[in-house]
Parts: sequence; C-alpha cells; structure tokens
Amino acid sequence: MPFNLLVLSCLLYVAFLFAVAFVVERRAARGRLGWLRSPLVYTLSLSIYCTAWTFYGAVGYAARSGLEFLTIYFGPTLVFIGWWWLLRKLVRIGRQYHVTSIADLISSRYGKSNLLGVIVTLIAVIAATPYIALQLQSVVLSFGVFASAAPDGSRPLDPGQTAVWVAVGLAFFTILFGTRNLDAREQHHGIVTAIAVEAVVKLVALLAVGSFVVWGIAGGVADVIARIDAADLSAWQVEPGRWTGLIFLSAAAVITLPRMFQVMVVENEDEGHLARASWAFPLYLMAMSLFIVPIAVVGLERMPAGSNPDMFVLTLPLAEGQGALAMLVFLGGFSSATSMVIVESIALATMISNHVMIPLWLRLRPGAAAADDLRSVVLMARRLAIAVVLALGYGYYHVSGGSAALAAIGLIAFLGVAQVLPAMLGGIFWRGATRTGAFLGLVTGLVVWAYTSFLPSFGPGAALSQAIFADGLFGLSWLRPQALFGTQAMDPITHALFWSLALNVLAFCLGSLFTFPGPVERLQGAAFVNVFEGAVGPQRWARGQVDPEALLGMAQRILGEETALSFFQAAARAQGKEGFLPDPTPTFLDQLETRLSGSVGAATAHAMISQLVGRATVTVEDLMAVASESAQLLEYSAQLEAREAELTRTAGALREANEKLTQLSLQKDAFLSQISHELRTPMTSIRAFSEILTEGDLPPESVVRYGKIIHDEAKRLTRLLDDLLDLSVLENGSVQLNLGLASLQGMLDTALTAARQTRPDREFLVIRDLPSEAIYLKTDADRLTQVFINLISNARKYCDAARPELRIVVRQRAGRVTVDFIDNGKGIPKDSQTLIFEKFARLTDANRAGGAGLGLAICREIMTNLGGAVAYLPGQKGAAFRVTLPLRLERQAA
Amino acid sequence: MAKHVLLIEDEPNIAEAIRFLLTRDGLRVSHAPEGDTALVMLRQDPPDLVILDHMLPGMSGLEILTAVRADPQCRDLPVMMLTARGRDREMAEEAGADCFMTKPFSNAEILAEVRAMLSQPRRAV
Repeated sequence: MPFNLLVLSCLLYVAFLFAVAFVVERRAARGRLGWLRSPLVYTLSLSIYCTAWTFYGAVGYAARSGLEFLTIYFGPTLVFIGWWWLLRKLVRIGRQYHVTSIADLISSRYGKSNLLGVIVTLIAVIAATPYIALQLQSVVLSFGVFASAAPDGSRPLDPGQTAVWVAVGLAFFTILFGTRNLDAREQHHGIVTAIAVEAVVKLVALLAVGSFVVWGIAGGVADVIARIDAADLSAWQVEPGRWTGLIFLSAAAVITLPRMFQVMVVENEDEGHLARASWAFPLYLMAMSLFIVPIAVVGLERMPAGSNPDMFVLTLPLAEGQGALAMLVFLGGFSSATSMVIVESIALATMISNHVMIPLWLRLRPGAAAADDLRSVVLMARRLAIAVVLALGYGYYHVSGGSAALAAIGLIAFLGVAQVLPAMLGGIFWRGATRTGAFLGLVTGLVVWAYTSFLPSFGPGAALSQAIFADGLFGLSWLRPQALFGTQAMDPITHALFWSLALNVLAFCLGSLFTFPGPVERLQGAAFVNVFEGAVGPQRWARGQVDPEALLGMAQRILGEETALSFFQAAARAQGKEGFLPDPTPTFLDQLETRLSGSVGAATAHAMISQLVGRATVTVEDLMAVASESAQLLEYSAQLEAREAELTRTAGALREANEKLTQLSLQKDAFLSQISHELRTPMTSIRAFSEILTEGDLPPESVVRYGKIIHDEAKRLTRLLDDLLDLSVLENGSVQLNLGLASLQGMLDTALTAARQTRPDREFLVIRDLPSEAIYLKTDADRLTQVFINLISNARKYCDAARPELRIVVRQRAGRVTVDFIDNGKGIPKDSQTLIFEKFARLTDANRAGGAGLGLAICREIMTNLGGAVAYLPGQKGAAFRVTLPLRLERQAA
Repeated sequence: MAKHVLLIEDEPNIAEAIRFLLTRDGLRVSHAPEGDTALVMLRQDPPDLVILDHMLPGMSGLEILTAVRADPQCRDLPVMMLTARGRDREMAEEAGADCFMTKPFSNAEILAEVRAMLSQPRRAV
C-alpha cells in the first residue's frame, strides 16, 4: 500500500472526526442533542480507557507474559460491576458541586485547598507525560510498519518528524474543540461524540483482525484452541500476588486517570447512563480482549523471530497481503491514540489552568478578579496548557527514544495516578479525612512512586545513578529503589505498588487522625460524604463587607452580562428585593460561588469571591454544623466561637436595625417639616393677600390680580393634599384601576409633552426607538402615564449634563414589558439608590424644583398596583430607571 | 428720606405681598430671589433692615445670615427671618437673627415688627 495513500486516509479520517465534532457542537449549541446524549455514547466514550496500549500493546503483553494482560481488563470490569455505587457517588458529587477535574474534586473536598489541587495536577501531568509519549510512539511505529512494508520503500520515514506532526495536529484539534468556549460544566459534546466514533472504529478493527486470524489464517476456533494449547503459552503461570496487584492497579486507574474522570464524571449527562455503562462497558472490554490470545499465538508462530509483538495486529495482516484490513487496523490504532491524547490533554489543561495558571495570575494581579475579562484569560490559559501538555509528551518521546515496551510505560503511569486514590476515596467516604492527611499521603505517594518506579524506568544510570540502584540512597541498603526495606522478593511494579500505596495510605490516615479539619473542610467533607442525603449543604460564606455591585461586575466578566444580570435579579427577587443587587447573604455567595466554580474551578471561584469579600469569617450556621459533627474537644471551642460569632452578628444586626430606624425617623421628621413648609408657603400668600383685600381701598386691577394669586395658591395647596391622599390610597391598595388597551407609544408621547413643563427653558434631547414602542398594553393608562411623567420630569429636573439627553428603551419578553429611562447625568449615588423610593426621602439637592419628594414613592406604589415594578438600574452611565409591567394586566378578584 | 428694606425671598407671591405692605407704609423695598444677588445688593445699596427667608434655593437663609454677620459693616444690621418650618427658630437665633416670623403671619404683625426694628437705635458695637 502506498505510503501517501496512508497519509491521505489519516487526513480524511481526521477530517471526518472534525466534521462529527463540529456538527455535534452545533446541535449542542441549539440544545438539540437527542440521541447523542444516550447511554450508548457515554459507554463508548468510556472506552477512552483502551488506548494504543491496549490496542497494540495487549497482544505484545500476551506474547511476552501470557494471560497477565487480562488483569488490565479485569480491574475496570470489577469496578464497573462491583463498585458501581462508588462511581455513582463520584458522578453525583461531580454534578452537584460542578467538579471540573480530579484535582478540583480533591481541592474542594479538602477545604478548597489549592495546594492539593496543584499537587494532584502535578501527579497527573507527570504520570500522563510518558503515557502521551506512548501514544505518539504507537502512531509513529505503525507508520513505520507501513513505510517499511511499502513497495517503494525508497522514501525513508523520519520517526521524529512524524511524531512532531502528530503532536501538532492533535494540539490543533484539541484546542479547536476543547477550548471553543467556557462551558459552565466543562463539557465537550463534540469531542465526546468523536471519541465514541473512534471507539467503534477501534473495536471493529480489532474484531476484524481477530476474525481474520481465527478463520483466515488458522482453521477456525477448534484449530486456534489447539494451537494455543500447543504453544509455550500453556507454560504461563498465574502469580497470585502480581495478578492481584495488577488488577488492583487497573481498577484504581480507571477511577483516577484524568481522562477517565473527564469522560466518566465531568462529561456525564445523566446519572442513569452509568447504570447502563456498568454492564455495557465491561462487555466492550471483553470484546476488545476476545482475540488477543489467538493473535498473539498465531503471530508468534507466523512472524519471523525478533519482530515486535506489539505490532502483530498490524504486521500479521500486512504479511498476509491484506492491505485493506491493515488499513482498518491502522485507523483503529490511530483512533485509540488520538482519542486518548485529546481527552487527556483537555483534562490536564483544565487542571493546569484552574489550579496553577489562574491562581498564579490572580495572585500576581490582586485586583484582577474585578478588573479584567477573565473568560478570555481562562481560555488562553487552557490553550497554552494543551500545547504544553503535548510538548511535554513529545519531549518525553524524543528523550526516551521510543524504546520501552508499551505495557511497561502504561503500568508506571497507572501507578502514578493511583496515588490520588487514598485521598479521593478517603475524601468521599471518611469525614475525618483532613487536608494535612491528604497532603502527606499525596506527597508521600508521589515521592515513593517517583523513586521506586518512575525514575528507575529511565534505566540505571539515567535518572538515578548505578550506585543508588546497587547500594541505595545515601548508601543505605534499605533505601534501594527496587528493594525498599530489603523487600527483594517482589517484581518491580508490585514492589512499587505495594510501598507507594502502603506509605501513601499510612501517611494519609495518620495525618488525618492527628490533625483537625478546618471549618470549611468539615462542611465540604460532610457534603461530599453525605451527598446522597442532601441534608448538609456547604454553607461557607459569612455576611462580609462586600459590595454587591462589585460581585455583579465580576460575575458579568465570567458569565457574560445578561446571564449575570438575570442571575442576580433572580437572587434579589428570592430575597424579596427589587432591582438587581441582592444582599450578599451567605446563601447568595454560595450560589454565586457554585455558579462561578463551574466556569473557573472551585478553588479559583473561592479565591475570587474571597478577594472581594475580604477575609471570610464563619457564620453561626457554619459553626453549628461543624459543632454537631463530632464530639471532639474542638466542639467546645467551636461552640464558644459560635456564641461569639452569634453575639457579634446579633450586635451587628441590631446596630443595622437601629441605624435604619434612626435614619427613618430622621427622614420622617424631615418629611413632616417639609410638608409643613409646603403647606405654609401657599397659606402665607393667601393670608397676606386676603387681609389686603379685606382692608379694601384698592384699585380694581389690583383686586383682580390679588384674587388670582389667592386662587393659584389655593390650587397648589390642593395639589399637594391630592398627592398625599393619592399615596395613602395607593399604599392601602384600595385604588380603583381603569383597565383598558392603550398604546405604549401614545402614553410615552403624552408623558413627554406633559413633562415639558419642568424646566421648559432647557434643551432636552429624547432618544426613542418608535418601532419597539408599538405595543398595546392592557393596563391603567392614566396611572402608567403618571409614572412616565414623573420619571421624565425627574430626568429633566436632575440631569446635570451640559447637553442633557434621555434614552427610552423598550423591551418585550415572555409576556412582560420593560421600559428603561436612562439619562446621561452623573446618576444617583449607590447608597441612595434604594432610598429614593422611600416616601420620606428626598435627596439633598441644590435644585429643588418644588416637589415634596413624593414622586418616586407614588411611582412605586402605582407600579405595584399595576402588577409591575420600578427599580433603579445600576451600572448605567447616568441615572436609569426600569419600569417592568405585564403586557396584559388581569383584574384581580377583589 | 425713606428707610430702605432688603427683602430676600424666593416665593414671588409672598415677596409681592410684603413689598406691597411695606411700600404702602412709606418704606423703600428692594427684592432679591436668592443669596448671591442679595449679597451684592447688600453692598451696593446698604439697607436699614433685611427680611430673610429661611428656605432658599442655593444658599440657605442661615448661610446668608452667617455671611452678613461676618461682614464688619453689616454685623449690626437688623435682620428679620421668615420661616415655614417649626424647628428653625433656635438655629436662626444662634446665627444672629434679631427677629423671627413664622409663616403664615398676619399683615399687622409683620408691619408692627418692622416698624419697631427700624425705630430702635442701632446696637452698640
């Protein structure tokens, strides 16, 4: 088969995957995933477990070590069938707390410790690097097999160059589909579907080559069984210790591998899918392993001595002249390698950006949480991280020279990520597990693994000197990397497995037993361990000194403007407040944190909110939950602390209430004296002129003039009394509404004309969008117009811009209409924004234009009566008011 | 020569009433609607009596009074303050008002008070 055709097929295949991923992304964006969210796709995506190692390497493994390769399939099978409840718990926690990666899980469980997140990320990256190199190597090897088999073998293939192109191509594909946007749950529908397609391709390829070997080369099932019996393989032995170790290792890996966690937990759409996968995935593994032994036996028989058994699946069909089959196998292997690299690098990139890059960036720029556009920063960090991960993989491939047997590298990587297992299982099943314990366990495991397995894998004299291998570290013979404490009976991998995990678990348990978890840890621990009970909510924020507007600003930069606004508005409404700024209660901060952590990870979200809230103290609820958790010594001090916090909080609440009362009382006095002034002023003129008129002896024109003044002032007095009466009627809810259909545009016209009486001398530009105003409302037109007049008059009265203008923006959605009045003045100070609607309030202003400060209070009451609301709209340039009302107001049953 | 009264009042109708009453009584009345104009007029055409409204746009009556008392030439000038609010009296007296009228007042009341203030000899320095 010509080599060029091979490259072309590869490119076509990748283009096909692109198309699949693209179409699915498009459908996902329109919310029409349909069958693409089925358990089938989920199960197939789990086959990411079977990388090029299992595709090519399993046959090599079987050829070298017999049935031992089955342990790699037994582990996951046992986990999916027997430990189904464990996976379900992981998935539930992942979905409930928006966990974005395994590092995020560990970090949030142990009190949002970013240090732990960094360590887990480090372990994952170190363990994944050789594994990614392995995938590159398998692609290069399979290319090489074809190149040497090609009849025009004149073109030598440079393996290094192939590896570069493969790495760059994969980085490109991953960045394109893995970092297109910032999904709240880090889900990548397009990629998952492409992975599922690749899963089918690799299964079909392996089954095809297996069938060919059994029925094409050998003479059917019976013949193959006879050959297997005859082969040396029958002499293979089962070593119980090593088998148990390897089964355990692969079982641990299927839970802790970053890519498995990504597809199993993070990309999970529905907990029910896991139930299907619990039998379907083992079935898939079984199908994958079905023909391994026949291929190995026949390969050993047929192929010349010294040929690489790792490539038997490919070289056998080639040797038999089955070009098309070999092509299919090649694509199968290519699928295994690419799918692994893509998902692994996405998972690692999420960890690296959320736990290393963003926290670092936030630390270097303390104001950043509130200042910059974080979305693009996070995306850039992801892209950079993907490039770094693939560069590391390529670097390892380049340095190691692509020599080691595939299975050996795979096992070392498994053992590396398995170090996370104690902290993870402990975290979700043992409430006593602490951050210190997790830290000690992870670090111990990492060090022992590196010393006994990872570094020795480079060979004696490479990473560790010959002397260390022979005599141990510092010449201490019990510190020999492959015979710790003098244990020489075990083979290297079992030895490393035993010591790294034993010391890891020991450090984890001792560390947890001898330290007390902090309050946040306890709550997170309770929340994770009892995730199915749903009783213990993670209450973590105290009512801090935080400006809701700053929180809104930050949320807008991460979630996007409209999403953040509606999130805040909903929260405010839930608190019974109007407008867009809810009180920063602990509950609200929690909601916000959960929401943000979906985008930037738990620890980062926590850090960003901390930055704005300032140092968070513990609330009474927190402490109560913590205190009831155990009867340890700490409980006593926790209760004391709780009492103190409660006292502080009560004192704070009292002070707040007192301030509010004082303020209200001052406002009330001011209002009464204002009313007194407003009443006395017209009465002064009336009294003075009526006395003058009674004295008589005036020219007739003066009599007429003074009579008119008395009349005008009497009218003014009446108007004021009307306003007061109006307000009290509206407040009592005893108002009679005249409902009817009316044009919004007409009402605005009327209001604009009427409001022209206010400061008529001033140029005042009104910007409207007439088509958007063509709405017929069922409402009380007079009352609504009264509100409009008030708002427009206020803008005319108070807008202090040199060229004052007013924008009227009408929007309609879901049966409600909003009308925004936005001027270009300097706006209203934040602390006055809610005060202005109080009827006793009038801002101190140099520009009193005659009102008694009742206008907005009346507006608010009218809008309540009309089933709507009027609120100050923060975050605009000038003063802005939003009137919200239903399109059709139905008459309430009185 | 007729005595001169400076009236500082923003409500045009009240100003007109007072002007009518005092003019009919043989006094010369000039009127300023707010503080800045009033302070200029005070210097250009010194009055014998100032009638000052408490609640004015811009500078308040108290602020004007403080400015008047700070001027050495005017510190003894008799000042009558008009107010429509109950609790302003103490503040006005503290700031140095000589006389105090609560709106609404009767015409006889204000006339009598003005006459009394104008006939008093100036306070000793």
